[in-house]
Amino acid sequence: MTSEPRTLAPFGRRTVDVTERRELGAYVVLAVGDPDGPMPRAGQFYMLAAAERWGGGSDERPFLPRAFSVLRARDGAGGVRLEFMLEAVGPGTERLSELGPKDRLHVTGPLGVGFARPSGGRRAVLCGGGVGTAPLAIWQDELLGRGEPAPALLGFRDAAHAPGAELLHNARVATDDGSHGHHGLVTDLLAEELDADPAAVVYACGPPPMLEAVRALCEARDVPCQLALESGMACGFGACFGCVVPLRDGGYLRLCVDGPVLDGARLAEVPAH
Amino acid sequence: MTVAFCGLRLAHPIVNGSGTFDAIAARRAFGDGLVEQFPFAAFVSKTITLEPRVGNPPPRLYETPAGLINSIGLPNKGLRGYLDTDLPELARLPVPLITNVMGSTAEDLCTLVEALDDRDEVDALELNVSCPNVRTGLDIGADPVELAAVLREVRPRTGKPLIVKLTPNTADVGAAAQAAEDAGADAVSLINTLRAYAPHPERAGVPWLGNATGGLSGPAIRAVALAQVREVAARVAIPVVGMGGVQSGVHAARMLEVGATLVAVGTESFRDPAAGTRISRELDDLFAKSGDNIG
Repeated sequence: MTSEPRTLAPFGRRTVDVTERRELGAYVVLAVGDPDGPMPRAGQFYMLAAAERWGGGSDERPFLPRAFSVLRARDGAGGVRLEFMLEAVGPGTERLSELGPKDRLHVTGPLGVGFARPSGGRRAVLCGGGVGTAPLAIWQDELLGRGEPAPALLGFRDAAHAPGAELLHNARVATDDGSHGHHGLVTDLLAEELDADPAAVVYACGPPPMLEAVRALCEARDVPCQLALESGMACGFGACFGCVVPLRDGGYLRLCVDGPVLDGARLAEVPAH
Repeated sequence: MTVAFCGLRLAHPIVNGSGTFDAIAARRAFGDGLVEQFPFAAFVSKTITLEPRVGNPPPRLYETPAGLINSIGLPNKGLRGYLDTDLPELARLPVPLITNVMGSTAEDLCTLVEALDDRDEVDALELNVSCPNVRTGLDIGADPVELAAVLREVRPRTGKPLIVKLTPNTADVGAAAQAAEDAGADAVSLINTLRAYAPHPERAGVPWLGNATGGLSGPAIRAVALAQVREVAARVAIPVVGMGGVQSGVHAARMLEVGATLVAVGTESFRDPAAGTRISRELDDLFAKSGDNIG
């Protein structure tokens, strides 16, 4: 595929400065200056590790870098400014969430294949859950920048996480506990949206059960979907063969080099890991 | 600082461990920058088997304190796929190519070795003997007698340098190295990963990895690797490729000090794709400072 949405990464990891840290409810948004890196495509990811004290946390971890979809990217005078969305849920994200201006970050990327534009006269519908909001923000920027509609539906656990919705324009929100927006699943909102106009391509990112529900819903309605999957990764560039996903037609695919964005039709189901 | 190894002349002593760097996938991610700044002095392929393998069911990875347990299961296109698809691409790398092969019988290994012996793109062969013998169920490389028996059949099938990748999961790695040398190996490489188990973080008694057990790598095993490389280098006269938890030029120098001729980098490349370049430069700086008397 020559037209796949992939910007090549400079070879090797770069050490960059964290320029900003802000909190959005339970989430942390980190901004870094990446003067030697290219502009990523929406849906691509970076491997991140704190340049100092990466290790020695809970269980003497983290050890490996962590994969994060890029939340936003802007090309400016000082080079590319990248933003990442984090939630502290383990030793890696706990350490990354502590970082702020004056801290340094190792980054490798952009990696993987991003979202492809809607075709066949279909409009984009964005559907995210939790930190899966991140790749939809940069994708919405691009779609709106072209004057294309990009309605966003986002699901969060509760009101403490719902401020993540501020990262997108005009998002409709669902929460599991009903403390903000629609009480229920984001796929309830997606079903309504597709009922109103099924001529859509669904772009989705979120936890595996949510992605599987999106995939099944789209399959049942014959609506194409592009799913940005998540997996534990050791390397991010195809070296370790650790991040494989089983395909509908058999065999596995490495999410880091053949994804993380996959055509939902290639999967029999979204794996739980 | 060039290094002579089994008749090859390498630009520096840093290579990759088999299965820790996919140069074809890396080129998709990094483009020509990978080839222009290739981090290793020779490229060791992942393990090739006679028939294609899809690998183990996920999850395949588990992070440990200062390390990683992997249970990948040697996915590869099989001999035919390697020769037809991968080899022409790997031949475009700017360094010598070492192809790693595994078979569960001497017959399989002979077929693999003969097919690769025919190909000029391949500069040397490495045998992965961490494979269960179909008769005994034990890893071929864990039993010196079995290892020697297999090598005596395989050795005459190629004139290319033959490296035996020893398993650390054995009672006496020195005896296995000795058996490899006696049966005609041109070099040995070690250590492969240490057998390890990762418990499921939430479900008691349930394994995390799809294949239950895997192999531990990374700095967690560096001290074990140094002990085994030291023991083997003292035991055999053939060159030794030392690996296990090497993250820096100092770590590589320690491997050379205990008798390694080459040093392989594996898990550290996951953390930094260009780790090989950095480590060889750091090693150069150490040589420059010490008046070239390390190793």
